[in-house]
Amino acid sequence: MSKKVLVIGEAREGTLRNVTFEAIAAANIISDGGEVVGVLCGSDSLEDMGKEMIYYGADRVITVANEELKTYTSDGYGQAVLSVIDDETPEGIVMGHTSIGKDLTPKLASRLESGLISDATEVVAEGGRIVFTRPIYSGKAFEKKEITEGLTFATIRPNNIPAAARDEGRAGEVTEKSVDVQNIRTIIKEVIRKSTDGVDLSEAKVVIAGGRGVKSAEGFEPLEELAELLGGTVGASRGACDAGYCDYSLQIGQTGKVITPDLYIACGISGAIQHLAGMSNSKVIVAINKDPEANIFNVADYGIVGDLFDVLPKLIEEIKQMKVNA
Amino acid sequence: MNIYVLLKRTFDTEEKISISNGRIEDDGAEFIINPYDEYAVEEAINLRDAHGGEVTVVTIGEEDAEKQLRTALAMGADKAVLINTEDDLEEGDQFTTVKILEAFFEDKEADIILGGNVAIDEASGQVGPRLAERLNMPCVTTITSIDIDGSDVQIERDVEGDVEKVETTLPLIVTCQQGLNEPRYPSLPGIMKAKKKPLEELEIDDLDLDEDEVEPKTKTIEIFLPPEKQAGKVLEGETDDQVKELVSLLKTEAKVL
Repeated sequence: MSKKVLVIGEAREGTLRNVTFEAIAAANIISDGGEVVGVLCGSDSLEDMGKEMIYYGADRVITVANEELKTYTSDGYGQAVLSVIDDETPEGIVMGHTSIGKDLTPKLASRLESGLISDATEVVAEGGRIVFTRPIYSGKAFEKKEITEGLTFATIRPNNIPAAARDEGRAGEVTEKSVDVQNIRTIIKEVIRKSTDGVDLSEAKVVIAGGRGVKSAEGFEPLEELAELLGGTVGASRGACDAGYCDYSLQIGQTGKVITPDLYIACGISGAIQHLAGMSNSKVIVAINKDPEANIFNVADYGIVGDLFDVLPKLIEEIKQMKVNA
Repeated sequence: MNIYVLLKRTFDTEEKISISNGRIEDDGAEFIINPYDEYAVEEAINLRDAHGGEVTVVTIGEEDAEKQLRTALAMGADKAVLINTEDDLEEGDQFTTVKILEAFFEDKEADIILGGNVAIDEASGQVGPRLAERLNMPCVTTITSIDIDGSDVQIERDVEGDVEKVETTLPLIVTCQQGLNEPRYPSLPGIMKAKKKPLEELEIDDLDLDEDEVEPKTKTIEIFLPPEKQAGKVLEGETDDQVKELVSLLKTEAKVL
């Protein structure tokens, strides 16, 4: 049965996050030939981003621009998106399981008295029903879940559901809707940016992560060099953050970011369960650690027992060589 | 201040997980207060000590959850409430939980409700913001500091590593993130006192709810363990050779370079 499915898009510093395109792909599975409608909130012109959503598979996009939507607040975005939901009466909603997604979607689901499946890593249509897979118990188990009544509402974990290829030939309408946003009860006074520029950790295809074994802030330099070489970014274990080698914005694990890159290289990370919860579903895991008994080797596909400061420069050289030969 | 904490008894996920009869095997497993809810208990006690009032810890679950409630009382909470659904509900989801909590809080005049930002077992993170919407209270998620002055509230929250400074007012719901505080261990006198503190037990009937009203909107079809990972390849030889082999494997076998 074909459905109308809304995708709530999300931008970071003026660019749509990749998980928005993945959400469109998920919405297309749920809609089963129905209509996929994008929603964007912000303060400037959202037309270009709207078109971008169409290139990735949305059929049309509704934008809500308002000075009050310049930064995300659950009240502001909540009112804007609810107003679009009222107009469109969709049968499904998909959004990324990001900081904003986690804050906004339960609020919407509660208002709509609907179910909500959070943090799905897979969406499939199976004999007329939509089945979501999601990790539970810190990634040690998975559950398959479905919505039994009402709206098919889900958030998806970044980097798991492949986005469609960008197709500039796709056409669709981007329409503006005006919403009267008022009574915002949580005022954002200031945002202290700690995350590094460049590749977003939760969406990176390659992550080079350091733990206590990195020993200092300077110790992260070879990791950064390797990350740059592979078009990826640097992450860290809680141990490295607690020790002050890097900022908490880089923390991977139960408390920090949960990531699923194609390639994860753990350098000097012992592999505590809380850390594994954040990365064990990475597609390929490489561990570099001096301690052959380190837990990280139990989840690694490839392991090198050795000093990361000896291994990394050689690895960088070897990859550079490979690139020259290619 | 009238302070409430939402607490969940959870499986300690540091334990080995196995499945029997389509469910996570919990026979002999260790159960704990969800670690993020522990931050909420600690913060609630601190708020009470600074501003006066009373801390009530609320959980929904089975008889066994009394143990975790007693732990929260031993930490310093004043009262506990167990909403026992053992006889009434076979299944529930976040919709169910919030429907019950909404009914519970209807006449409570809470100034602040604190919860964990996520439970480590089912990890949906929905309950705090869902409840706020039902109670028409503002909600701030993943907080790492909170400062209350009269009814004005200053909060710092974690947004994917960035720090957002938020101003809001009571009444309020917050969900707690690591970094907010260091939860205390219950002291021996605390444990002795906890035995005498009030622990009220309710059923959904007492909240004027019937089973139909709290029927979940989602269903778990299957629970499974991830495919056993093949033992990884620990490379051998001199570092130079290991590095060469690694690059070659990443390129030809894993196809990620």
